[in-house]
Amino acid sequence: MPNTAILALEDGTVFQGRAHGARTVRTGEVVFNTSMTGYQEVFTDPSYTGQIVVLTNPQVGNYGATGADNEAAKACIEGLVVREWAEMPSSWRADESADQFLARQDVPVIDEIDTRGLVLKLRSGGVMRGALSTAGHTAEQLIEMARKSPSMAGLDLATGVSTKARYSWDKPLEPCSPSERIAPPPADGFHVVAYDFGIKHNILRCLASIGARVTVVPAMTSAKEILALNPDGVFLSNGPGDPEPLHFQAEQVRKMVGRKPIFGICLGHQIIGLALGGKTYKLKFGHRGINHPVLNKRTNKVEITVQNHGFCVDPDSLKDSAVDITHWNLNDDTVEGLRHRSEPLFCVQYHPEAAPGPHDSQYLFDDFAALMREFKKS
Amino acid sequence: MPRRNDIHKILIIGSGPIVIGQACEFDYSGTQACKALRADGYEVVLINSNPATIMTDPDTADRTYIEPLTIEYAEEVIRQERPDALLSTVGGQTGLNLSVALAEAGVLDKYGVELIGAKIESIKKAEDRLLFKDAMRKIGLETPQSRLLTTVEEGLDFATKIGYPMILRPSFTLGGTGGGIAYNREDLVTILERGLDLSPVHEVLAEESVLGWKEYELEVIRDLADNAIIVCPIENFDPMGVHTGDSITVAPAQTLSDREYQMMRDGALACLREIGVDTGGSNVQFAIDPVSGRMVVVEMNPRVSRSSALASKATGFPIAKIAAKLAVGYRLDEIKNDITRKTPACFEPTIDYVVVKIPKWQFEKFPGAEPVLTTQMKSVGEVMAIGRTFKQALNKALRGLETGKSSASTNLDERLIAQRLITPNPERIHYLRFAFEKGYTVEEVFEMTQIDPWFLRQVRDAVLFEDSLQTTGLDSITAAEMRRAKREGISDNRLARFWDVDSLDVRRKRKELGVTAVFNRVDTCAAEFESFTPYMYSSYESTCEASPSDRKKVMILGSGPNRIGQGIEFDYACCHASFALQEFGVESIMVNCNPETVSTDYDTSDRLYFEPLTLEDVLNIFDTEKPSGVIVQFGGQTPLNLALPLKAAGVPIIGTDPEDIDLAEDRKRFGKLLDELQIPSPRWGTATSVEQACDIARDLGYPVLVRPSYVLGGRAMVIAYEEDTVRRYMQEATLYSPGRPVLIDRFLEDATEIDVDALSDTQDVLIGGVMEHIEEAGVHSGDSSCVMPPQSVGAAEIATIVDYTEKLARALRVRGLMNIQYAIQKGKVYVLEVNPRASRTVPYVSKATGVALPKIAVGLMLGQSLKDLAHLANGQISGVLPPKKVSVKSPVFPFAKFQGVDPALGPEMRSTGEVMGVGESFGEAFGKAQLSAGVPLPMSGCVFFSVNDNHKPAALDLAKKFAALGFELAATRGTAFWLKNAGLRVRTVFKVNEGRPNAVDLMKGGSLQLVIYTTTGATSFPDEQAIRRTAVQHRVPCITTISGARAAAEAIASRLKDPVRVWSVQELHGDAAD
Repeated sequence: MPNTAILALEDGTVFQGRAHGARTVRTGEVVFNTSMTGYQEVFTDPSYTGQIVVLTNPQVGNYGATGADNEAAKACIEGLVVREWAEMPSSWRADESADQFLARQDVPVIDEIDTRGLVLKLRSGGVMRGALSTAGHTAEQLIEMARKSPSMAGLDLATGVSTKARYSWDKPLEPCSPSERIAPPPADGFHVVAYDFGIKHNILRCLASIGARVTVVPAMTSAKEILALNPDGVFLSNGPGDPEPLHFQAEQVRKMVGRKPIFGICLGHQIIGLALGGKTYKLKFGHRGINHPVLNKRTNKVEITVQNHGFCVDPDSLKDSAVDITHWNLNDDTVEGLRHRSEPLFCVQYHPEAAPGPHDSQYLFDDFAALMREFKKS
Repeated sequence: MPRRNDIHKILIIGSGPIVIGQACEFDYSGTQACKALRADGYEVVLINSNPATIMTDPDTADRTYIEPLTIEYAEEVIRQERPDALLSTVGGQTGLNLSVALAEAGVLDKYGVELIGAKIESIKKAEDRLLFKDAMRKIGLETPQSRLLTTVEEGLDFATKIGYPMILRPSFTLGGTGGGIAYNREDLVTILERGLDLSPVHEVLAEESVLGWKEYELEVIRDLADNAIIVCPIENFDPMGVHTGDSITVAPAQTLSDREYQMMRDGALACLREIGVDTGGSNVQFAIDPVSGRMVVVEMNPRVSRSSALASKATGFPIAKIAAKLAVGYRLDEIKNDITRKTPACFEPTIDYVVVKIPKWQFEKFPGAEPVLTTQMKSVGEVMAIGRTFKQALNKALRGLETGKSSASTNLDERLIAQRLITPNPERIHYLRFAFEKGYTVEEVFEMTQIDPWFLRQVRDAVLFEDSLQTTGLDSITAAEMRRAKREGISDNRLARFWDVDSLDVRRKRKELGVTAVFNRVDTCAAEFESFTPYMYSSYESTCEASPSDRKKVMILGSGPNRIGQGIEFDYACCHASFALQEFGVESIMVNCNPETVSTDYDTSDRLYFEPLTLEDVLNIFDTEKPSGVIVQFGGQTPLNLALPLKAAGVPIIGTDPEDIDLAEDRKRFGKLLDELQIPSPRWGTATSVEQACDIARDLGYPVLVRPSYVLGGRAMVIAYEEDTVRRYMQEATLYSPGRPVLIDRFLEDATEIDVDALSDTQDVLIGGVMEHIEEAGVHSGDSSCVMPPQSVGAAEIATIVDYTEKLARALRVRGLMNIQYAIQKGKVYVLEVNPRASRTVPYVSKATGVALPKIAVGLMLGQSLKDLAHLANGQISGVLPPKKVSVKSPVFPFAKFQGVDPALGPEMRSTGEVMGVGESFGEAFGKAQLSAGVPLPMSGCVFFSVNDNHKPAALDLAKKFAALGFELAATRGTAFWLKNAGLRVRTVFKVNEGRPNAVDLMKGGSLQLVIYTTTGATSFPDEQAIRRTAVQHRVPCITTISGARAAAEAIASRLKDPVRVWSVQELHGDAAD
């Protein structure tokens, strides 16, 4: 097995490092994430489908991997780029090393890379396509592969990663240690239908923790089918790719507005934006991290939020719509949340389910519960 | 919420002198707070007794009081200034305690002063162990099982329930003073007795042991709107059991999964909210059981702390500055992040590098103290390093420590491995490496240390990698291998040792191979946003972000980690050098590795390089910046040691030429110069063998002063009264550093010592201050109180001193600052030592005269003359600057931290900090200084005398004075006999070995209020030691010199007669001090 690995970008930049994880070659959009913890949740977040992830935290793999931290059944990133990779885990929670985890899931890893230099490049030049090989490819081959790989703009990845069949979920959040306190679900129950565009497990756990029995449905499910299930609320999940091609889903949302309480996260939020007449656009290098300040205009408080998105809803496009912009990103004044003025609907661009990241915004699940409770009454 | 407009004038209380557990990090936080509040238009009043701080500079606050941090003096300041609010959270534990005391004494209510930052209830809830535990239980956070003890019996009873080891923490003490771990009944009784005694409320908290658990600290900030963020998670390399101030610490936390970290984050925020810290920074400590993941809260500090300074430097997020702004009503999202300029301060910094802090200890200064690390902090300073990886940062931090010995050459003993790994001690990190070199496994080392295996693997991998390098050589190494070595943080020096070549050869080869250092930025955001603040660290990555300017620029080398003899005073000088450069229109570049300081605030200089002060690291910066000059004379011995090698490497050193600095340190050449100038000095000689030393001593005549050459702070210095001492000393010295010469000086007994700080442009010479030492020659100058202007030195002697100073400055071609130590014996002036550089006393002289000496010095170094700069010295270019009023500087000692150490003063410097007292008379100034130094003199009671025969006449005068002041007298038999003969009423007290009740018993019983105990210095009897140690323990002032006792009598007389009065620095020297 070769010990060296190469990451090549579409602009011809080449990084050489050491090979870990699987010995293979993958292409994808090269993006960076600034979280200092939670690498396994990043590896398994379906929103990273089609992306090679650079972690800015230089020491990765330190605490290994555990089944409890998976956000999907398998790793979703195309490849991983780090400064230093720990092959051996050190944690009472670890089932295996992070290296075994990714190798088993066919994800290549390159380390000893000047990740800061790479991030500076992506920050100034914007995200780029890249190819990562741990299988002995030459730099020239990889540059060629990067250039031939599909561009993220206009790409529908969500319907591809969505579940093929309906399933139900009822596992709530569980403490990670004997010292963690998690509030028990409320007594009244809900039935929530959740669109899976690449849904993270922790969203499902959070929904279960507000007392919801969740029916997860494929991305191509129609409003009619959902209304036939007569849920207390409809949820639209996060997911990878460009929201623009998701006309069908936007159409279904339009049909359900006012008929069921609706809550959306990330891609779900973008689809709602599109459904209500808005437009989306691609950010230069996206928001990927767990330290983004978001101002909730309704409470006038700041939340430290978890973000993972490359596209954004254009606030100007919503000027004549029926929604208020409720949340703003304080770093760059982008839209972070919407709420319908008259109907039970709200959504956020960021990830209140955290995993990884702060729990500041988990109140949004309670808000969703309150919305469903109220709707049930009326 | 915008700023509050209902308050206008804010009082800030500083942290006082540098002591173990509370060092210059509070100058950093206090200075930041002052600057932030003034920038917002508030009037800031400051009280702090420590003159060696930037915060007490006349232009940091609007009104600055260098006065004792006691209720009565603080009240007097409040009475004069009438502030609207008191910010309690930026002056360390001292500032917090005084704030609470002022509130409880009703002073704040009386003058309508609002406490901002943290309210009394919150402070109490956080500081009172029981209230804290209740509060934590309420929010579902676990704390270790515990019980509050007020007697030893309660402790023994609790031990039967939870067993040993048991952790003991006295309530309301600083840096864990008096705390410890009891492994058995005997330990428990000893530690508990001491702890109950040291706690101002006589309480000790006993806790279940969580020894060996992983330890973390979170720095938390909250605003009035309840927005809260974590600035940085810090992980302790050393698990629970070692005080966090004595632990190697790492940022960010390395071995926590996100789930665990978020649990801790939730806990920290809940803790902050429950305790009710409205605004500002706090620090919450947690422990996690590495086996079960169980988490407990260890403690919480409702104020800016040592760790917040570290977190600020580690992330670029200025906690104290933000905390000050939040205290006056701002919200986090209303404050901009200085570094990115466009994003708000309401976010959580993320870092893309690893930060390692290593404490610096000086057990060698405290013979008798066991070099073992426990829950009571004992380190005197710390070094921080930033690297792209843990290994790189660790290696950098180790070389930043300047132990004077490389880790490889440390004398490590294979037989001691187990002991040194199991019992935490200052050498443990070296023994870890050593154990891996000897083939120990990670599992074995973990068994002994409980250090997380991730850290252990890092250390082991570094050792293995170094092993692999030994097989290559300077000629055979490839560019890739060289780059790898540098990326692992291995110094050129170390590579040179592996390959038995010169480190400059490694440097040359490295550059030939194209392996050069680059600089990355500390930007709070892992490069997500552009940074506008040039705060840099070196790495061997591919992109250099330094982007040096093409302005005229000068680089200042700082003083590295604090240590006894080289502390905040030198950082003060370096900061001033930086400010002065900026005022002179020159770009200032700071290089330093001490996270506690103002100099490593990214706001202080135009550009900051957070790097170790070694030749390699400094040359790397020089290559990148290409400054037109480098200043080495402000940072103490650390940069001076680099002066000659830097000059040899072609670096332009500005100011006094390194050759001339060297000349002053070279006894032979310097002796010749003194002869030529016809300036007397004590006779001396150098020796490298025992016999030679004895011959020289005999020739000079006893007593003699024996010391190694080239050291700062009087390391390993003794006064020998007979040959035995010389013999013993030389035997040790030849073992310790064979071949290095030892200096032997004739010791001038009963001489008055004088310190002079002067400025010179090689022609004109201006003396900033002539300081008279209160303790006689023989006590290290750093450990002696001193007074300006001199009290017992005649005009003729002063004239001689001025004359000698001028001659020496010209002869040594001094350009900038110089310090000279003189001794006056029987009217004759001798030169003891000349240091052509900034000295420890520069801040004190600047504060006493109102003239900023370092600023003028920088002007001189840039080529101006004293005449050009006369406006900065009130028009004066020669003679001695006139001090306003009488100013006394007094040292502060850490003896309470080192059990079993004799606190007698001697030629070895042991003070950690200093205070200043200002008065109309010497007595008033000295009394204030002693009060500030934490040894308040009694106003009544009993004075105990025990003096040697030489001192008996002097003691009689003193005894008469004390009797006249209304004191009772007590003395040991010999002294009592002498005093009784003179007609005084004296109670005779037994010596310790004579019977009981003896002096120690009386002190413990509280019947002695002041101890005057002198010796010949020849030998230290167990009796004396017992008395002095008991005095320290029971906080009875113990004076070991006659001159010190005289000063005390004057001070007491002043306190009984003079009112409590205070003067602001601005009032003394005019608002525009420059």
